[in-house]
Amino acid sequence: MNATANLASRLESVLGAHRIIAAEAELREYAIDGMVPNAIVRPASAQEAAEVVRFAIAEKLAIVASGSRSKLDLGMPPARYDIALDMTGLHEIAHFDPGDLTLSVDAGMPLRQLANVLAEKGQFLPLAVPCHETSTVAGAIASGIDSTLRKQYGTARDFLIGAEFVDGNGALCKSGGRVVKNVTGYDLHKLLIGSLGTLAVITRLNFRTFTLPQTHGGYLACFSNLEDASAYRDAIEKSGLPLANLETFSPEMVALISAALRETTTELAGRLDPAKWCVYASSEGNEAVVPRIARDLQKLAKEAAADGSEVLSASADVHLGGVLREAFDWLRWTSPIVALFRLALPQGTPGALAGLQGEAQESSLRSAMVVRAAGFVYFTMFAESEDDSALRAIEKAAAHVFALAAASQGHATLLHAPLKLKSRVNVWGPKRADLGMMQRVKHSFDPQNIFAPGRFVGGI
Amino acid sequence: MPASLLRELNSLLGSSNVLDKIEDLVLYEYDGSVEKARPDLVVFPHTTEDVSRIVKLAAKYNVPIVGRGSGTGLSGGALARGGGIMIVFARMNRILELDLENARAVVQPGVVNLDITRAVEHAGLYFAPDPSSQKSCTIGGNVAENAGGPHTLAYGVTVNHVTALELVLPDGEIVRVGSKHGDAPGYDLCGLFVGSEGTLALVTEITVKLTRKAEAVKTLLAIFDAVDDASRTVAEITARGITPAACEMVDGWTLCAIEDYIHAGFPRDSAAILLIEVEGLREAVEAQAAAVEDVCRTHHAREVRIAKDDRERDLLWKGRKNAFGALGRLAPSNYVLDGVIPRSKLPQALQKISQIGKKYDFAIGNIFHAGDGNLHPIVLYDPRDPLQFGNAIAASHEILSYCVELGGALTGEHGVGMEKNELMPLLFSDADFDLMRRVHDACNPDSSLNPGKIFPLSKGCGEIRVRKQAKAHSAKV
Repeated sequence: MNATANLASRLESVLGAHRIIAAEAELREYAIDGMVPNAIVRPASAQEAAEVVRFAIAEKLAIVASGSRSKLDLGMPPARYDIALDMTGLHEIAHFDPGDLTLSVDAGMPLRQLANVLAEKGQFLPLAVPCHETSTVAGAIASGIDSTLRKQYGTARDFLIGAEFVDGNGALCKSGGRVVKNVTGYDLHKLLIGSLGTLAVITRLNFRTFTLPQTHGGYLACFSNLEDASAYRDAIEKSGLPLANLETFSPEMVALISAALRETTTELAGRLDPAKWCVYASSEGNEAVVPRIARDLQKLAKEAAADGSEVLSASADVHLGGVLREAFDWLRWTSPIVALFRLALPQGTPGALAGLQGEAQESSLRSAMVVRAAGFVYFTMFAESEDDSALRAIEKAAAHVFALAAASQGHATLLHAPLKLKSRVNVWGPKRADLGMMQRVKHSFDPQNIFAPGRFVGGI
Repeated sequence: MPASLLRELNSLLGSSNVLDKIEDLVLYEYDGSVEKARPDLVVFPHTTEDVSRIVKLAAKYNVPIVGRGSGTGLSGGALARGGGIMIVFARMNRILELDLENARAVVQPGVVNLDITRAVEHAGLYFAPDPSSQKSCTIGGNVAENAGGPHTLAYGVTVNHVTALELVLPDGEIVRVGSKHGDAPGYDLCGLFVGSEGTLALVTEITVKLTRKAEAVKTLLAIFDAVDDASRTVAEITARGITPAACEMVDGWTLCAIEDYIHAGFPRDSAAILLIEVEGLREAVEAQAAAVEDVCRTHHAREVRIAKDDRERDLLWKGRKNAFGALGRLAPSNYVLDGVIPRSKLPQALQKISQIGKKYDFAIGNIFHAGDGNLHPIVLYDPRDPLQFGNAIAASHEILSYCVELGGALTGEHGVGMEKNELMPLLFSDADFDLMRRVHDACNPDSSLNPGKIFPLSKGCGEIRVRKQAKAHSAKV
């Protein structure tokens, strides 16, 4: 307690009392896997954030920057956590040039608020990420979490065009710019995506924006088994239809989605059959394109002998799209123990997917699976209690999941797991061949290792 | 260069893969830029292991190295500014794997850009980045420079199509970064290495994404009597949220030169044309083409032609992609610039370029990727005339400075290289350089790899490997 009070008062001498919080109850809200910081600082500008970083360097303290704190469970808990740097005080739009479709926005701007401003000009940022109602823009980037619009719009690396940040020397730096095409200097901002705050404190981000589509459509087809669902999905991929999203749900996942849907609507949930594999495809475009895609999907579903299929109503599509966007969030709380993996697997390998289910079955664990756009699989295993036998079962299955991903030339990450499991399983999977290179990058940005030490791949 | 180094390289690679005679080396002292610098030795590896061994030898003899593909680069990125060994990847030109199911190709760096598309087009796939030099430039060079092209407006530049790399570091270590399917856990190292201009590592293998060919395509040629009208058309196409696959502008003066050369049926009396392509589903293409045509006519297009078939379309593109060659007929040499501006600032940028041309008494053509604000003013000049050479450089600096003033950047796709490194302080602070330098030194601590590029030497960025004589501009004859 003494150290806490002491740190807070020393920080107050840097930024003033109004920026510092050291009350026990608030500190606990910033906990990461049970680790509580000694002080919270809420800078109001990039310069103030840099001052905190310089203070931390001088005092050899560890900093974890955060926004709405909705995804702090990603990665490992930090090895040290002295200062929680709350970036929500930086929340302005620095530039928005609708005519150029470019945007420059402060780190702590909430995505929802940003979406409202962009929508006034008929534009949007295709970061359809979980916890969308609370997430900040920099949190979405630093977490690297999947957007359900990636099939059409790509990932953040495709539309993040520049950044400003405080490096591990406490200097305000930038890379990229505010134009949509630019190869001037190293693309350091790309390194910030998914870095979990281990390289720098992001203060501002520049994006290419997009025009809101005229309309959208969703199409759902159900199959009695995985093979038929996979064949249908392959046919869709080969057709080249421009889809916004494409996801396949295992029967267990269908049941979970139904339950999640029921919280907001009764429209679709009753018709989702939890005995089937379902494939959801969505599209965005003009009034001619969306129905055309629905027609093509209908034809492909018929050819693939779907057990049932339907064009979703606009509202059902919005609800289902929302539930899928938020899947990472609600999946975490569906059971006392949830181990949520994200795997990259080659397309057209139903064998690998069946293998994943087999791993869970062998350990007598419930599981659910969604094959997301671009071949990324969210595979979740559940246990009903935190007893040791359940943990051992998940631990064993997890080792097999990592091995299966590697054997398929893919990779896996444990996105969410209780701390007890994290202490037994490396959430980042087996050691990567490029770890040495990542360590070099980390050291370049953060030579004193003050940013979120230990949260990242290989103990970075 | 020590004779023992030559002996060791000969025994490592065989003498047919090593060049050391002056008459051979002069072929490698230039690229597509206005710069020149001669390597002491040129070597042609066949495997990654060859590259690693060459690099280790270079380290042993403390000799700098530079990688090179076809030498079509426009910023001096593949020139041996520090002399030393040039590693030419022309003989590492195999396509190692085609995984059509997952839309990936694994290729060696010496594979020519267009050859990737040729290998997969039977399956309805292609490699999207399409620099004008795509018939001869290599994928390794594309990766180094993060090359673009007309169709990157909709599909993104090289980095958006690379998922994994094999690299050789300056100490000879072989490292693989990224993953075939993308989004590997950890930092986006591919995002860092693509576009690092050969200053961090040599790339020996590349995994690229393949793109599915669109169902329909329409190519429109809009002819304008005023450059401003064409510029405003581009700004409004962007503002209306239409994303064409390509949106290219050519000014009337340049167009006449192209027409003389290609005979594509371009008008000889226009002020500017826009070449606009829309792609996608038939329904989308119809709507977009109609919207584009509407914008063109709103901004006083004299005529809007739509290519009737593939032959007409190919002819229009041939005119665009051979434009630099066409201008080559008009002057002893041309200097292709590469700046970027916010798209809404096109009218003032073009006016400024015209003023700068008048100031220095140069004809400056404009052929560029208007849709993403990527300008390519082309200065026609005689490099044998020292005054003209100096003025061409001065005009370039003024134009690029103006791009920065408008909120733009120094290069959109050609790279910084040794052409613009001294202009970098226009955009970056000491703190920015300091971080970039630390990242550089983490991979290339002795600057043995491609010295004298990207970082301004005037900033004292620790470049000790640049030869004084190589910095001097010499005439390109």
